Amino acid sequence: MLNPSDRKYSKKHEWCRVEGEIAVVGITDFAQHTLTDIVFVELPEVGKQAEAGKQLCVVESVKSVSDVFSPVGGEVVEVNKELEQNPGKLNESPFETWIAKIKMSNPQEIDSLISAEEYGEFVKGLE
Amino acid sequence: MRFVPHSEKEKSEMLKEAGVASIGELFKDVPEKVRVKDKLKIGEPLSELELRREIEGLAAKNRSAKQLSLFLGAGCYNHFIPATVPAITGRSEFYTAYTPYQAEISQGMLQAIYEWQSWVCILTGMDLANASVYDGATACAEAMLMAGSARHRKKALVSKGLNPEYLKVLRTYAGANSVELKEIAIEELEKDLDEDVSCLIVQQPDFFGRVEDLKGIAGKLHEKKALLVVAIAEALSLAFCEKPSEYNADIVALEAQSFGNAMSFGGPHAGVIACKQDFVRQIPGRLVGKTQDIEGKEGFILTLQAREQHIRREKAGSNICSNQALCVLASTIYLSTLGEKGLKEIAGQNRENAKYLSEKLEGLGFELPFGDSFFNEFVAKKQGMREMHAALSEKEIVFGYPLELEFSEMRDCVLLAVTEMNSREEIDALVSELEELL
Repeated sequence: MLNPSDRKYSKKHEWCRVEGEIAVVGITDFAQHTLTDIVFVELPEVGKQAEAGKQLCVVESVKSVSDVFSPVGGEVVEVNKELEQNPGKLNESPFETWIAKIKMSNPQEIDSLISAEEYGEFVKGLE
Repeated sequence: MRFVPHSEKEKSEMLKEAGVASIGELFKDVPEKVRVKDKLKIGEPLSELELRREIEGLAAKNRSAKQLSLFLGAGCYNHFIPATVPAITGRSEFYTAYTPYQAEISQGMLQAIYEWQSWVCILTGMDLANASVYDGATACAEAMLMAGSARHRKKALVSKGLNPEYLKVLRTYAGANSVELKEIAIEELEKDLDEDVSCLIVQQPDFFGRVEDLKGIAGKLHEKKALLVVAIAEALSLAFCEKPSEYNADIVALEAQSFGNAMSFGGPHAGVIACKQDFVRQIPGRLVGKTQDIEGKEGFILTLQAREQHIRREKAGSNICSNQALCVLASTIYLSTLGEKGLKEIAGQNRENAKYLSEKLEGLGFELPFGDSFFNEFVAKKQGMREMHAALSEKEIVFGYPLELEFSEMRDCVLLAVTEMNSREEIDALVSELEELL
């Protein structure tokens, strides 16, 4: 699956799309593919202070449990409640399925993330 | 397990295979100075007959509940065990199996555990229950951690009515997990209930036998997003008191000994944790689920294992995997034998017998400092308790648990448990002994 170029990526396999002062965060196709069938997403609490590079939430698949790291710092203002009922959405359409929206406390952090092209190269190196 | 000794021939073959000349050489990594060179000072070897005489002689010094007139509970209760329990638990398929979880070969055990979990849900009103943990105290401590991880908070409040042994286990767990544990009186909950509190742990009936009025407690806790954890040390009380779901408990930690397990000088017993569906990801231990195989036939499996340490690793909320499958098998058979009607009948007998003794004691001038709201255990107070207790012991009557052993301010108070095992004649005999003493 192509990594959309309307957003930035982290080397920990999260994507981050900026909408004004809000960063919309999800996991990449590579991440969902590596995790295999996702059965549960432990969503962050709204109001949580996320820190760039620190744990944002936890996703559970049939074979492993992994942290999702926050690509930027700020307050979690909304979480995708749909994932409570239907966590498999992350497998079906990872780039259309967001996990959390973060009101950025330091928008410059976006600059330290990589582009779709760079991320594509990075993932190629892992395969 | 059978005892199969190795022959000299086998020993020398094994040594040859291992490439060493003697058994002693296998221990060469043990430093010389710590090795035992002299004979152990434990006397000469005994023949099997001599050994039996010796050990049985020692065992005969024990006084068992069957020989005594027992009015002692305090967390471990003397109840009747129907013959169905040992008849089924004694089957070698159940009795000798270790970690019997492989779905392919352990359908019987998995089904039994599933039935056990279902019984716990029926009795507590909770949505799910785990296979079991070591005992009630462990269940209680694990429930405390569970609440902490569900709420991401580090403070837990515990009612002063908790069994002091449970409290000690909580303290051990709290220390190792940086949980700040605070003992409070339930009436003063508001004083300590803040945004850092994950839960309040309350025993029901409490250690002193009181059936607490917990209506409204959960509401106060939930307002602050804290949870109500209920510890139950006397499982049979569930057939007498309100279900924890009726006062909106979130997590129940239950000691199951009363259901079909002998007191056995304190263990092995079994604990179990039950909770609302909301906390299914935080509940520790094994969970057995019912499912269908590819041919559509009913089957039982371990489920939701991503919670457990072998998958979740350091992120697991608990490292407990052990459960007490045989003890809860006994409980399952016990409950299935009695059914709802039988269970209620026995609970009713417990209450009646306890009430009968409490009234007799009041007639003899004892005080009941906590009144009448008890199930099968209550506190009685009278001057000269220490002497009374000792004098009755001489007559093979265990007159409850002297509370000053644990609570210095409760001098002259005794915690008495009365169950279906205490006949009217036995209670009357106790009363006439007391009449003589007073």
